[in-house]
Amino acid sequence: MELDFFFQLLMSGLTRGSIYALIALGYTMVYGIVKLINFAHGEIYMIGAFTALIVSGVLSMYGMNPVFIFLIAITAAIIYSAAYGVTLEKIAYAPLRKAPRLSALISAIGMSMFLQNYVLLAQTSDFLPFPELLPEFGFLDSVKSIISTNQFLILVTTAVVMVLLTLFIKFSRTGKAMRATSQDRDMAQLVGININKVISITFVIGSSLAAIGGVLISSHIGQINFYIGFIAGIKAFVAAVLGGIGSIPGAVLGSFVLGITESFGTGYISSDYEDAFAFVILIVILIFKPSGLLGRKVSEKV
Amino acid sequence: MKRTSKLFAIAVTLFVAAAFTLSANGQGDGETIKIGVAGPHSGDLASYGIPTVKAAELVAEKVNAAGGIDGRMIELVIEDDVCKPEVAANTAAKLVGDGVVAVIGHICSGATKSAMGTYLDSELLAISPSATNPPLTQSGDYPNFFRTIAPDDAQAAVEVAFAYKMGYKKIAVLHDKGDYGKGFAEFCKAILEADGKAEVVLYEGITPGAVDYTAVINKIASSGAEAVIFGGYHPEASKLITQMKKKDMDIAFLSDDGVKDDTFIKVAGEYAEGVYATGPIDTSSNPMAIEAVKAHQDKYGEDPGAFFINAYAAMLALVNAIDVADSTEYADLTNALRSNYVDTPLGSISFDEKGDAIGVGFAVYQVQNGQYVELK
Repeated sequence: MELDFFFQLLMSGLTRGSIYALIALGYTMVYGIVKLINFAHGEIYMIGAFTALIVSGVLSMYGMNPVFIFLIAITAAIIYSAAYGVTLEKIAYAPLRKAPRLSALISAIGMSMFLQNYVLLAQTSDFLPFPELLPEFGFLDSVKSIISTNQFLILVTTAVVMVLLTLFIKFSRTGKAMRATSQDRDMAQLVGININKVISITFVIGSSLAAIGGVLISSHIGQINFYIGFIAGIKAFVAAVLGGIGSIPGAVLGSFVLGITESFGTGYISSDYEDAFAFVILIVILIFKPSGLLGRKVSEKV
Repeated sequence: MKRTSKLFAIAVTLFVAAAFTLSANGQGDGETIKIGVAGPHSGDLASYGIPTVKAAELVAEKVNAAGGIDGRMIELVIEDDVCKPEVAANTAAKLVGDGVVAVIGHICSGATKSAMGTYLDSELLAISPSATNPPLTQSGDYPNFFRTIAPDDAQAAVEVAFAYKMGYKKIAVLHDKGDYGKGFAEFCKAILEADGKAEVVLYEGITPGAVDYTAVINKIASSGAEAVIFGGYHPEASKLITQMKKKDMDIAFLSDDGVKDDTFIKVAGEYAEGVYATGPIDTSSNPMAIEAVKAHQDKYGEDPGAFFINAYAAMLALVNAIDVADSTEYADLTNALRSNYVDTPLGSISFDEKGDAIGVGFAVYQVQNGQYVELK
């Protein structure tokens, strides 16, 4: 029983961690390339989930197969979120690329509020039921008390996405260009890399991952409103900083550390302090390793 | 120097004005009876205050049309407190200055608390349609306070009694860490522990808006609880129940009037089935309630808003007390409120020693086939 409980908490921590990771990757990639904390990233996650809600609502009226609905909804969410991500970059960040970093940060916070209120007006402030896009299936019955099929699907999807992303960054031409840009933007430009294109692609990838996270988690918990992006975004940001912002493996590691800490904290201590666990671990790590778990030490002018 | 003289002038003016209103107050028949109505009439909480104004207006019109109370007409003095304690103190002072005989309001518990001291000093009573904070009556600090709504702890008592009736021995008490949800959960826990009829196996706050609640749910499962009592609102409740049901947990879910809301059923869908929630006793079939709602629709062209019925009852109780006591003196009025029953849209009500309405309360509802059904 005790061991069961331990594994249940571990699985719930991993599920949480997966979701954080999908969002945190967007933060960390954007930071790596343009040195900007994109605080509107949580809203992109929320917009992805809303898109899936609307698309699946329309499709289910035609009585389509749930698996098709899921695939179409998640594709639509990815496309829509990516479009929002790129537009966001063009409108709010590109004009400020040469401006002090603080300006871009303020612009990001402004966009976050704008998008929240935009969805609030366009949709509603109420919580809406989110359809169960993730199918329930049978073979997990024996371990259902430890991990639900939803959690299982979230873990698998995240793992697949992570592997694909790593391969993409490591081996594709664009991936190489991204790495080069993050190392030294001016030098990359000199060797003929189109910086604007690289930045756009970064936003596309980051937003797509956030959209996947949004659809998975909304389907898991079955509800959605305009505000869900804010808290998830803050937690994912903490995870990215924890792992060392700018580092892709760092974001994943940070997310899992955060998810598991929260889960065990809730399970063995009390959920009263759920948010406190996240920030205590952040403070502790930043005291002993200011660059984050996997962050590289960069000497910076202050 | 200049400033002091200005202040002095203001003080003198106020003093003279007060003296005049006091003398006006003392006059007898032929004068109108002034009744104060206080609450948020502007700002983000106006939707809680305006229905009370409309209820007071409707009752006053009806009484005046029938010749007033023993020939004296009712005049309403309406003051806005924006639900802010610091404004409410001024509002109260203004109403006292205007020479009202009693006040309908205030709406928010915090604002009510800050106004009651002023009324007590001036020997005025107030009847609130909506302030549910328990200490307002139970602390004994405000013998001039009455309300036509049941306090938060009464709801907890109903909830716990229902849990006993269903035979639950192990209960997990959860809340959303908010004032309302946590207050409710604390009352439930206190009652359970005092009675000793069931064990509180888990008492915790969950984080509203958290990405998922599986960790807490695992904890509920491993605590061996037979029932969960949740204090809070419907978004968290629907998340909890959805994830519990998905894990095939067969544990009863009991909650409060923050969950007894149709949105809960809409969001939780099939998972809402069988959930229990307490809520105010349904009085919508009471003939007086139907009549009051119809009067509102006729006059304002829309359905009444929050606490309208409670405010209507409060106004009726006050008018009745003035009529029965044949006086507008504080002692006579409070005495009349406590010793007489009056028919209202909430049923036949009176007030106990502390000021809580007798005959107003909560009932347990259950979601059956997609809607809340009152359990008798």
